[in-house]
Amino acid sequence: MKQSRSVQEYLQLVERLAPKSDMGKGLVRAFWVGGLICVLGQAITDLAMALGMDRQSAGTVCSIALVFASALATGLGVYDQLGKYAGAGSIVPITGFANSVVAPAMEFKREGYVMGVGAKMFSLAGPVLVYGIGSSVIVGLIYFFLGR
Amino acid sequence: MADKRMGAQTVALPSTPRLAAWSAIVGPKEGEGPLGACFDRVETDDMCGQESFEKAERSLFTSCARLTLDKAGIRPQDVHALLGGDLLNQIISAGFAARQLGIPFYGLYGACSTMAESLALGSMLVDGGHCARVLCATSSHFSTAERQYRSPLELGTQRTPTAQWTVTGSGSALVCEANAARDARVCVTHVTTGKVIDLGVKDANNMGAAMAPAAADTLLAHLQDTGRDYADYDLIVTGDLGSLGRELMLELLRREGRALPPERSVDCGMLIYDASQDAHAGGSGCGCSASVLCGKLLGQLACGELHRILFMATGALLSPTTTMQGETIPSIAHAVVLEHVGKEE
Repeated sequence: MKQSRSVQEYLQLVERLAPKSDMGKGLVRAFWVGGLICVLGQAITDLAMALGMDRQSAGTVCSIALVFASALATGLGVYDQLGKYAGAGSIVPITGFANSVVAPAMEFKREGYVMGVGAKMFSLAGPVLVYGIGSSVIVGLIYFFLGR
Repeated sequence: MADKRMGAQTVALPSTPRLAAWSAIVGPKEGEGPLGACFDRVETDDMCGQESFEKAERSLFTSCARLTLDKAGIRPQDVHALLGGDLLNQIISAGFAARQLGIPFYGLYGACSTMAESLALGSMLVDGGHCARVLCATSSHFSTAERQYRSPLELGTQRTPTAQWTVTGSGSALVCEANAARDARVCVTHVTTGKVIDLGVKDANNMGAAMAPAAADTLLAHLQDTGRDYADYDLIVTGDLGSLGRELMLELLRREGRALPPERSVDCGMLIYDASQDAHAGGSGCGCSASVLCGKLLGQLACGELHRILFMATGALLSPTTTMQGETIPSIAHAVVLEHVGKEE
């Protein structure tokens, strides 16, 4: 009993003394960097459409270009610097997903191509795939039964 | 035996084992920090010329151990025991380094408290007459710790304000019998063994907060057992509590009615980097307290700039598995009393 009271008191003390992240600064940085990545994506889409592609193909080209750019930036050791500055601004767009695949692939190269790169590549992106694909199946089923 | 024990957790070492030699080798970031000039060697590349970070850490451990033996003028085969550990799974840095060194080896795991743990055990082995020379060593490496405990290096994430930066570095010290090391200017007089304390902190990015109660507990036990006060020490040195952890420890001691004057408290994690180095709450890792002790503090003790310190390294005994399973972080702190030895007439 005494122990649990001192645990509560201590956790309150930690909460009070711990330095907090600057939310305002974080939000501004995330917004402008994330926004800029999206503007870049839109520009690529518009360019592809101006070159005669339909909207769907242009969207695919945009994804490929952004994923490539992010993978390259990760390989050059730049993307982690961007992420440190922008936080969610560079995690949420598709470039963040590419970074989360390339970073472990690079990190675990020394453990070999099968159990290293192969097994660890999706260690961070795996949950996104599992729940992304899983929820799209559920939404698809709902649409199938109710949407017509 | 009874006359060596003092109270519940402390052991006195009447033969006052000596530290005959010590050394510290660190990585480039630590070399750029405020203590850069104190270390025996600063590696220019954190790979240390090896092909993996794990091998680099092992090479830091091995080179540092060899350097200490060279300074003492002792061959590896004359050392009776190597006590060492590190942060990596199955303490591979220490174990693999021991394979190269060829010294009888006990592997220790005390997380970041390993330097104090090895000095405590080594001093007791020497005081007990079981070994004449014991090498105590530990290491950590930012990049091996990151990949084991956190995320890949190139992942674009932010670190929280309470996070700490694992020190790339190694420290080692040779404990000898007093009569065999007459020139040695530093001795170990007491050892206080820590208890594992857990006050419910779950955040693996706030290890200072998890470890502060263990530090306070061991310090209070030490004062209780020895009947000493803070005034008996030039410094109470904690291992890697960082800025928040140190503040929490001071507050806990204040609440217990034994407020530690802030000017007598230093934390190795706060000494090794400066504010511009993006280390957030400070340094951490076995190599943090080990390199600050062996790079700076032991030198100050040897020349008499410091007379007596309590070196208390703290360790968070968590693993990535327990963190994922939502468990709280148990922590430990071991303390050793280090004293300046005056020249004999």
